Amino acid sequence: MREAKGRVIKYGDNVDTDVIIPARYLNSSDPAELATHCMEDIDKEFVHKVRPGDIMVAAKNFGCGSSREHAPIAIKASGISCVIAETFARIFYRNAINIGLPIIECPDASRNIQEGDEVLIDFETGTITNVTRNEQYIGQAFPPFMQKIIDQGGLINYINNK
Amino acid sequence: MADTSESEDIVMGMTMTQKILAAHAGLAQVQKGQLIEADLDLVLGNDITSPVAIKEMEKMNVEGVFHKDKIALVPDHFVPNKDIKSAEHCKCVREFARRNDITNYFEVGQMGIEHALLPEKGLTVAGDVIIGADSHTCTYGALGAFSTGVGSTDMAAGMATGKAWFKVPGAIKFNLTGQFAPWVSGKDLILHIIGMIGVDGALYQSMEFVGPGVSNMSMDDRFTVANMAIEAGGKNGIFPVDEKAIAYMKEHSTREYKIFEADEDAEYDAVYDIDLGTLRPTIAYPHLPENTRTIDEVRENPVQIDQVVIGSCTNGRLDDLRVAAKVLDGRKVAPGVRCIIIPATQQIYLDAMQEGLLKIFIEAGAVVSTPTCGPCLGGYMGILAAGEKCISTTNRNFVGRMGHVDSEIYLASPATAAASAVTGRISTPDEL
Repeated sequence: MREAKGRVIKYGDNVDTDVIIPARYLNSSDPAELATHCMEDIDKEFVHKVRPGDIMVAAKNFGCGSSREHAPIAIKASGISCVIAETFARIFYRNAINIGLPIIECPDASRNIQEGDEVLIDFETGTITNVTRNEQYIGQAFPPFMQKIIDQGGLINYINNK
Repeated sequence: MADTSESEDIVMGMTMTQKILAAHAGLAQVQKGQLIEADLDLVLGNDITSPVAIKEMEKMNVEGVFHKDKIALVPDHFVPNKDIKSAEHCKCVREFARRNDITNYFEVGQMGIEHALLPEKGLTVAGDVIIGADSHTCTYGALGAFSTGVGSTDMAAGMATGKAWFKVPGAIKFNLTGQFAPWVSGKDLILHIIGMIGVDGALYQSMEFVGPGVSNMSMDDRFTVANMAIEAGGKNGIFPVDEKAIAYMKEHSTREYKIFEADEDAEYDAVYDIDLGTLRPTIAYPHLPENTRTIDEVRENPVQIDQVVIGSCTNGRLDDLRVAAKVLDGRKVAPGVRCIIIPATQQIYLDAMQEGLLKIFIEAGAVVSTPTCGPCLGGYMGILAAGEKCISTTNRNFVGRMGHVDSEIYLASPATAAASAVTGRISTPDEL
């Protein structure tokens, strides 16, 4: 996957993995079931409004807290095509790459993109285009090693094909 | 005149963490930002994260695990099984352990909260590189190991290959001097630090705790501090290996340890000096561990509480229970307050029983549970209703973490939590 295009759903600083997928649902590891509770403790409407291809935009330290991979799994299974944030918590960053959920760090985009904007992301160059506002932001392109993992749909396929 | 490509060849000083990573990547030198592949000494998973890892590993073209002695599987979050789905997860882990002849699988009856259990069982020693599919895996830095939390896919790859990729972190140095005042502990220190640098203050970095104050800290205090490095966004927290750490490892482990020390010219992204003697009992208010206040600030607007939790991978060790017992001895939990005490391992439970601590707790009106992560992450054994407030020795006070989204968690030390159980409001033992 080299690009993503979709409508933006926006959040603030320090979105933790407990609100992305509350622990009371961690007795399941089924992606579809997890997706039905995605963002529940921060935004009860998320599961009703998210559409396949939508892009999640947040501010600082997205995905902080628990290492539960259920968090990026729930986001991916809910249809989100990419998460943009000013910064990511490191375990979430690894987990997203490892399961093949594209994420991109871009403070400029995080500040300027608004809820509902139509956004296009080119992963190869890290360029983020805000179609609604006719603006462009330059995010951090993946290092080649991580791009390979994303291209192959995650770490397991990457290791299998190595 | 040297150009930049040559200057990169100059040998730079390395931090403790960088030295351990270099040794495990077969490199003489590593630099901040470098991507490396390191050999793993231990791969850890629990009942929440292992089933996802096991499913991922089954997709890999491998026969089995890389080393049956170097994997630890500890069902601890929702055990004894809290419901049917949890029971299925535990069954999945148990059967995987049996199928792969995993040496270090810990069944209910032998288990404990993973980060208290593994050092106690001698599975983690200085110089190790450890990954665990649990964010508080950073705890083992107290022994001078590099240990860090990962997700289930990293755990799967680690179990299959014995390797993991890392981006070499830079480091923040915390130079500790002096010693704690009475009723102040490692929990107050780490909450103070998180309050100072924020929940992303150490993002992608190591937190290295050094200086003469370290030798004044018990091992249990060091485990607490390293445990919460993740709450500042840190990749790992690490302590130098001194006589106390060596004595701990000799008591608990037969494995050989290796001591790595930071180079004198190691570069740090930031350096903080902290005199342990100046710290006050510190409490993190909802809903982030960085929202810290000292007890003096708390007293300006007293906070009434409904529940007290003393336990978890952060503060469920014997020293923690001893402090709580000292406070609760001969006293009663305030009417209307529920006090839940959870020894972190079976051994700690037994020791607490033999020392008479459990009797003190029960006579005070507290309940004592078998080891479990239970309430810390809102699993079971102490879930909060809307509007309820809990003071807890656990590690996170996020929205909804311990139950209803409209409940509140205040993070504190065992001394503060126990004193609060007696008064029914956030208090310290000197108020009793």
